[in-house]
Amino acid sequence: MKLKIFLVFFMFYTQSLFGIEKIIDPNTIHKNLRCLVCQGQSISDSNSDFAQTIKLVVKDLINEGKTEDEIYSFMSDKYGEWIVFKPQLNAQNSLLWILPYIALIFGGFFIFTLVKKRQ
Amino acid sequence: MRNTVKIIIFVIFFFVISVFYISLNRETNYNTSSLINKEVPQFKIAYFDKNGSFTKQDLINNNYTLINFWASWCGPCRVEHPVLMKLSAENNLDILGVNFKDKKELARKFLKDLGNPYNFLLKDFEGKQSVIFGIYGIPESIIINNENTIIKKFVGPLSIDDYKEIKEIIK
Repeated sequence: MKLKIFLVFFMFYTQSLFGIEKIIDPNTIHKNLRCLVCQGQSISDSNSDFAQTIKLVVKDLINEGKTEDEIYSFMSDKYGEWIVFKPQLNAQNSLLWILPYIALIFGGFFIFTLVKKRQ
Repeated sequence: MRNTVKIIIFVIFFFVISVFYISLNRETNYNTSSLINKEVPQFKIAYFDKNGSFTKQDLINNNYTLINFWASWCGPCRVEHPVLMKLSAENNLDILGVNFKDKKELARKFLKDLGNPYNFLLKDFEGKQSVIFGIYGIPESIIINNENTIIKKFVGPLSIDDYKEIKEIIK
């Protein structure tokens, strides 16, 4: 009986891990793309002509089997990196990504020495 | 210890001011620099009045090509139309007109009234093909050379200055 239960759970989990393909939510992508003709709106928020077109193109790219990163890369290639809200890690913005970790390490070290000295 | 704290506060203050200074001076508007000197991407746009599609391979025989995105409902397209008519007289330039999100009858009437400057007339009724060229509004025009390299992109209606510049490019 225990073996049967184990097998049922095993099959269920392996199916959920490997059987189902990762589904890309277009709305997640729309939220991370900037509407270039709007004031501070994402493609998801906007009903502009430009946003409608981008939504259609994103849908096509998903149907073609492109990954989320590939879609962002396609859009950046056409409209520049400005179109993506979440900047990709590159040489120009590496400081932006690394700095919080540096601040965390230095801040932690600073607090540690401060506490130690007071003790 | 107090000096260290002062230095750290100063560094943080300096950093915040620097970030604000750089961010406020940075050009955040869309610019076309990422497209210039790049090869024209693969595309396949349906002909306006006949079956079949115009592709990148069809550009090979041409010399310079100006791809112009236009629509009959677009006011600035009317403004730039005389410039396109003047450019259509140039021998070493082909003009490719992409009718953007338009109604066929209205587009036909537009060309009948104002003249047809296009060597090839294509249609992009859903606007999806325009994304391949980084178009976000019309009119926009892209000039490419015989090696299929994008030389310049003109955002907005073509002016007399743009006409002079295009003439200089194709000379």
